[in-house]
Amino acid sequence: MNTAVTLCGIPLDNPVMAASGTFGYGAEFAELYDINCLGSFSFKGTTLAPRFGNPTPRIAESASGMLNAVGLQNPGVHKVIEEELPRMRAFFLKPVMANVSGFALDEYVQTCRLLDSQPQIGWLEVNISCPNVHGGGMSFGTCPQSAAEVTRAVKAVCKKPVIIKLSPNVSDIAAIARACEDAGADGLSLINTLVGMRLDLKTRKPILSNVTGGLSGPAILPVALNMVYRVYRAVRIPVVGMGGISSARDVVEMMLAGATAVQVGAANLVDPYICRDIIKDLPRVMDQYGINSLSDIIGGAHS
Amino acid sequence: MTQGLYTVRSNRPIAALTYEMQLEGDTSALVRPGQFVNLRTGGHYLRRPLSVCAWDASGMTLIYKVVGEGTDWLSTCMPGDTIDMLCGLGNGFDTSVSGQYPLLVGGGVGLPPLYQLARQLVDEGKQPRLIMGFNSEREVFYRQEFERLLPITVTTMDGSCGVRGLVTDVPPAADCTYFYACGPFPMLRALCGCMTVPGQLSLEERMGCGFGACMGCTIHTRLGDKRVCKEGPVFLKEELIW
Repeated sequence: MNTAVTLCGIPLDNPVMAASGTFGYGAEFAELYDINCLGSFSFKGTTLAPRFGNPTPRIAESASGMLNAVGLQNPGVHKVIEEELPRMRAFFLKPVMANVSGFALDEYVQTCRLLDSQPQIGWLEVNISCPNVHGGGMSFGTCPQSAAEVTRAVKAVCKKPVIIKLSPNVSDIAAIARACEDAGADGLSLINTLVGMRLDLKTRKPILSNVTGGLSGPAILPVALNMVYRVYRAVRIPVVGMGGISSARDVVEMMLAGATAVQVGAANLVDPYICRDIIKDLPRVMDQYGINSLSDIIGGAHS
Repeated sequence: MTQGLYTVRSNRPIAALTYEMQLEGDTSALVRPGQFVNLRTGGHYLRRPLSVCAWDASGMTLIYKVVGEGTDWLSTCMPGDTIDMLCGLGNGFDTSVSGQYPLLVGGGVGLPPLYQLARQLVDEGKQPRLIMGFNSEREVFYRQEFERLLPITVTTMDGSCGVRGLVTDVPPAADCTYFYACGPFPMLRALCGCMTVPGQLSLEERMGCGFGACMGCTIHTRLGDKRVCKEGPVFLKEELIW
């Protein structure tokens, strides 16, 4: 049985990656299991300057999911290159996906240029869809023109494949996907979290200090499947599918919808061993559904 | 950190809305008092963090208050039921710096981690004292258990038990060498304002994962940004910014 796939020219042993923001820079999980079993992982959203993010509370819960409003806390790209990547080299031997965020076009360009020259990095995943920061993040990802502008600017300074991470908080994700493809994107990843809110009955105020947060977890799987399905039909570049994936069956379902690879997010926070367990379980599920090679089923729902 | 299934040995109310649960299972990841577990409750997506009250080689005691759906579910668990837990989370209290006469201060369900701490300090030949604060007598728990270990003072807001008032209304002994505290945020802040000796405080925060992955519980400290779940939950008085 063959679980291997190829993402933008780079082979993956299996399509399972850990999603950005749920896996840090890998160290916490490498203490628990050998994370080289992963296809890869996308590291914590990194910006040019260090960021604290939003004040707490940053986390709320919902039925089958959670809200987060971390707000891109990260040590900044220079510290990532000087400290996190050398540390990562000791426990992760595969190409890693670099998740990049920014508040201005020039910030995306500078951060991507610095990370593009790092040999450990396989892909750049450009996040134009963070719902928890103001004046940047998602605002680039909610209209085709600005999404294309970021894509073009980043592509101009990168040799590595550039994957644009899209927001579900839009009226026509396919139009934005096409704009990114036309601007030179090598791939797309979707979906980021859905904007939501919870209130505290005691204080009668929103639980999150940021008022709103991003919803993730199994609750959003059907939304993600629909958007991956639609984007797959709209573009020719590969799609990385994410949103609520928690089992090997979910991986197969997401690939049938059109994903070349998948990312597991919120589930890592509830069950730290989930990626390892999904990868272990994949051959059993493939056998159950008569799948010899996972790469054969990408977009299988469309044929 | 370890993940495993723990078998409920007993689960009984010990005060108003407050339960003591004893569990059997692997405690090898617990190395210091003040560490916590993150447990899965039925029908809820995120785990629930609870500090460990006491443990030995075969199991542990947790004390919790029913404050929402997760702890409500927990209160319905029966002996023999199993609970999925991440065990041995956080840094815990450091007893090596306590001096001979440390003061322990606990407010409400902040008290449980101080129980294992008191046991350890006594085992180390120190002479700790405890102030335990509650809103009223109905909420008082573990009075006898603590009394067997160390001298205690009880305070209640309504005066229904012990000294009327707050834990900070009881002046610490003159020979107090250090303090350890766990309880509601206003109590900890007030305590830091009036204690002249150094100390350690256990904080609470809404958490996503409990093991340092999600950055959901990060706070500013004088020694840099720290995750309550990973670099905490115990912080030095000197590093906290109120």
